[in-house]
Amino acid sequence: MTAELIHRLHFAFTVTFHYLFPQLTMGLALLIVVLKTIALRSGDETWDRAARFWGRIFAINFVFGVVTGIPMEFQFGTNWARFSRLSGGVIGQPLAMEGVFSFFLESAFLGLFLYGEKRISRRMHWFSAVMIFLGSWISGFFIIVTDAWMQHPVAFNRLPDGHFEVLSFWQLLLNPWGLLQYMHNMTGAVVTAAFVMSAVGAFYLLEGRGEAFGRIFLKVGVIAGVISSIVIIFPTGDLAGKYVARNQPAAIAAMEGLFQTQTGAGIVLVGQPNEETGQIDNPIVVNNVLSFLIYGTTKAEVKGLDRFPRDEWPTALPLLFYSYHIMAGLGTWFVLLMVVAALLLWRGRVYKARWALWALLLSFPLPYIANTAGWMTAELGRQPWLIYGLMRTSEGYSNTVSASNGLFTLIGFMGLYALLGLLFTVLVYREISNGPEEMMPALEKPAAAK
Amino acid sequence: MGFVWFWLVAIMIVAYVVLDGFDLGVGVLHLFLVRNEEERKTTLASIGPVWDGNEVWLLAGGGTLYFAFPLLYASAFSGFYLPLMIVLWLLVLRGISLELRNHIDVGVWRTLLDGVFGLASALLTIFYGAALANVLRGVPLNGEGYFFLPLWTNWKPGPAPGILDWYTVIGGLVALVALTMHGALWLSVKTSGELEQRAQKVVTPLWGLLVALTAVSLLATIAVRPASLDNYFHYPVTFVVPAGVVGSLIAIWFWNRTHKAIKAFVASCAYLFFMLAGACWGVYPVLLPATTGPDNDITLSRAISGPHTLAVGLVWWLFGMVLATGYVVFVYSRFKGKADVHAEGH
Ligand code: HDD
Ligand code: HEM
Ligand code: HEM
Repeated sequence: MTAELIHRLHFAFTVTFHYLFPQLTMGLALLIVVLKTIALRSGDETWDRAARFWGRIFAINFVFGVVTGIPMEFQFGTNWARFSRLSGGVIGQPLAMEGVFSFFLESAFLGLFLYGEKRISRRMHWFSAVMIFLGSWISGFFIIVTDAWMQHPVAFNRLPDGHFEVLSFWQLLLNPWGLLQYMHNMTGAVVTAAFVMSAVGAFYLLEGRGEAFGRIFLKVGVIAGVISSIVIIFPTGDLAGKYVARNQPAAIAAMEGLFQTQTGAGIVLVGQPNEETGQIDNPIVVNNVLSFLIYGTTKAEVKGLDRFPRDEWPTALPLLFYSYHIMAGLGTWFVLLMVVAALLLWRGRVYKARWALWALLLSFPLPYIANTAGWMTAELGRQPWLIYGLMRTSEGYSNTVSASNGLFTLIGFMGLYALLGLLFTVLVYREISNGPEEMMPALEKPAAAK
Repeated sequence: MGFVWFWLVAIMIVAYVVLDGFDLGVGVLHLFLVRNEEERKTTLASIGPVWDGNEVWLLAGGGTLYFAFPLLYASAFSGFYLPLMIVLWLLVLRGISLELRNHIDVGVWRTLLDGVFGLASALLTIFYGAALANVLRGVPLNGEGYFFLPLWTNWKPGPAPGILDWYTVIGGLVALVALTMHGALWLSVKTSGELEQRAQKVVTPLWGLLVALTAVSLLATIAVRPASLDNYFHYPVTFVVPAGVVGSLIAIWFWNRTHKAIKAFVASCAYLFFMLAGACWGVYPVLLPATTGPDNDITLSRAISGPHTLAVGLVWWLFGMVLATGYVVFVYSRFKGKADVHAEGH
C-alpha cells in the first residue's frame, strides 16, 4: 500500500469514527433545549427528569466526541504536512476559531449543566442548556467552513511561494458551499437525535415500563423526526445536489453514475457502475429526472464523465456512487417512516401500535449510516483534489512519514477505537436500562455510586 | 507582526500548561495521595468540571500555531509523528478513564480506570517536558524544513538525535515533578481536612527535587545549546526571567509553609510561566533549531503566514480571547471554594 493511501485511510477512519459522536451531540443539544423549555414553562418535573436523563447520555457521548476530536486536530499536521504548510494560513483559521469560539463555550456550560444543577436557578440551568446547544452548533459551523474551503476555495490569495492566505474573514465564513453544507449537515444531526430519541421511547413502551417517559420521548422524537427528515431532502439535499452539479461537475457525474453526457439525463435508482466499460450494469433508470432535479427542466444537458480527463475522475468511483445512493435511499425511508409515525401520533395511536414501535426502534442505526455515507460522498466526490482544482491529494500528504509508520498508527487507532466503541455501547446500554431517575425506584443507583 | 504572534502563541501554550498542568498533576498524585474512595472522589471532583475546558487551550493554541506559523506546524507535527500519536492515545485514554469511573460502580474496574488515569497523566507530563526539550535542543531538519525523529536512540544529543536522550529525559522529569507539585498545590486549595494536609506535606519533597532539577536543566540547556544565552546577554534586562524562576520557587516554599494555599498555587503558575517564557526567549527568533546547521533553522520570518492572514486573524483572535477568558473566569468562579462531592454528579 502506498503512503498516500495509508494517510487517506488514517484520516478517513479517525474522522468517520469521530463523527459518530458529534452528530448525536449536536442534534440532542437541540432536543434537550426543547425538553428544558417545556419543563420551564409547564413546571412539570417529569420533563426535567427527561432532560436530565438525556443530559447523562449527552455527557457520555460528548466525552467520546472530545477524545476522538483531539486526534483530528493534530492529523492535519502529522499526516497532511505538505497540505498544512501551504494552506495552514487559511485552513488553520476556522479550526482555531472553533476552539476559541465554541469549545470554550461548550465545555464551560457543560460543566455547569451537569455538575451545577443544585447550585444555580432553574432559569440558569435552562440557559446553560441553550449555551451548550449554541456551542455545539457553532463548532459544527466552523468545521464545515473548513471543509467547505477545501471543496470550494474562496477569498484567498496565492503567494509566489505557493502559500495560500485569507483575504476576507467574512467571505471565508460565508462561503456559499459552507452555508448549504451546514444546513444539510445540521439537519442530518437532528435526524440522528430524533431517531435515537424515538427509538428509546419505543423501547420503553415495548418493554411496558416508564410509560410517561416513553411517551415524552416518542412525541418529541417523532415531531423532530418528521420535520428534519423532510428538510434534509427538500430544500437542503436538493440544494446541495444542485450546487455540487454546478461547481464539481465531475463529482456529480460520478455520484449519479453518468458516464456519457446527456440532454434529458435520467436518474439511476439502482445499478452498479462499471469503470471498465463505462456503463451502469443492471440499471433501473427514470428518464429526464436528473436534468430536472439539477436544472429545473427535463431538457437540460448534464455533463457526463466523458467530458473530463481520466485523471480528474473521482478515484473511488463505485464507492462514491454507492455512498450517495445509500444516503438518498435512506433519506426516502426516513420520510416514509416518520410521516406514518407522525400521523399515528396525531391520532394518539402510535403508543399502542407495536409494529410502528418496532420499526422506530430498529431504525435508529440508519441515520448514522446515512450521515457517514453523506460524508463519504462529499469527500470522495472531491477527489482527486485535496483543495478542489488547486492541490491534488497526492501533493498533500506527509511524505516524510513512511507508509509503514502510518500503518502502525492506523492499526493503533483501530484497536483503541474498537475498545472505545465497546465501552460506549456498555455505558449507554446501562443508562438506558436504568432509565430516567425514579422511573424504577428499586433500581436507583446506591448513593455511593455517584 | 511576527513578534506579536510569537508571543500570542506562547501565551496560549503557557495558559495550557498552567491550567491543564494542575489536572495532570492531580492525576499523577491521586495514585498515592488518597486513602479511601471518599477522598478519591473529592480529588477527582476538584478537576471534574474544568479539565475539558483546560484541554481546549491545547486545541486553541494548536490552531493558532497552525494558521500563524503553518511551516512550523507542518514540520514539527509530521517530524514528531510517533511521539505525538502516543500523546494522542494517552489523551484519549485519560479522558475516557476519568469519565468512565463516574459511571461504573464495580471496585476492580474503578481501580483499573484510576490506574490508567494516573499513568496516562504521568506519561503525558513526561512527554510534554521531553517535547519542549526536543525543541530547545533542535532536530535534524533537512533543507526543505522537514525531519522525522525515531522514538529510540543512543541517548546522546548530537546532529542526529532521537526523541529521548539524556537531555530530553531531564526535560521530562522537570515537567513531571513541576506539574505534580502544581497539582498538589491545587489540591491544597480545593480540599480540606486530612487530604489538604497531606497535599501540603507532599509539596516539600517535590519542591526540593524541583529546585535541583531546575538547576540541572538550566545548566544542561546551556551545555547542549550554548546559543540559548545570547538573547539574555544582548538584553540583560531579560535576566528578570530567570530571576522570576528563582523568586517564584522561593514564594512557593514560603507560602506553602505558611498555609497560604492560593498564593502558593499562584506562585507555582508564575514558576511555570517564567520557565516557559525563559525557554521561548532562549530560542527566539528561531522557532525550531536545526541540529544540521543554522541554515536549516525554522525561523520566525521563514514560518510566518502572509500579512493578510495575520491581519484577519488578529481581529477575531482578540475578540475571541476576551470571550474565552470570560468563560474561564465564569466557570472557575462558579466552582470556587472547596470541591464538593455531594453536589450532584451525573
Ligand atoms: C441523515 C442523513 C442524511 C440524509 C438522509 C441525506 N443526507 Fe445528504 N449528506 C448528509 C446527510 C444526509 C451529510 C452527512 O450531512 C453530508 C456530508 C457533507 C455534508 O455537508 O452533509 C451530506 C452530503 C450531501 C451531498 C454532497 C455535498 C458535497 O459534495 O459536499 C449531496 C449532494 C447530498 N448530501 C444530497 C442529498 C440528497 C439529495 C438527499 C436525499 C434524498 C440526502 N442528501 C439525504
Ligand atoms: C472539517 C471537516 C473535514 C475536513 C477538513 C476533512 C478533510 C479531509 C482530508 C484532509 C482528507 C484526506 C484527503 C483525502 O483523501 O481527500 C479527508 C478524507 C476523508 N474524509 Fe474528510 N474532512 C472533514 C470532515 C469529514 C467528516 C466529518 C467525515 C466523515 C464522517 C469525513 C470523511 C472523510 C473520508 C471518508 C475521507 C476519505 C476519502 C478518501 O479516502 O478518498 N470527512 N477529509
Ligand atoms: C477534521 C475534522 C474535525 C476536527 C479536526 C474536529 C475536532 C474536534 C475536537 C478537537 C473536538 C474536541 C473539543 C473539546 O475538547 O471540547 C471535537 C468535538 C466536536 N466536534 Fe469535531 N472535529 C472534526 C469533525 C467534525 C465535524 C464534521 C463536526 C460536525 C459537523 C464536528 C463537530 C464536533 C462537535 C459538535 C464537537 C463537540 C463534542 C462532541 O460533539 O462530542 N466535528 N471536534
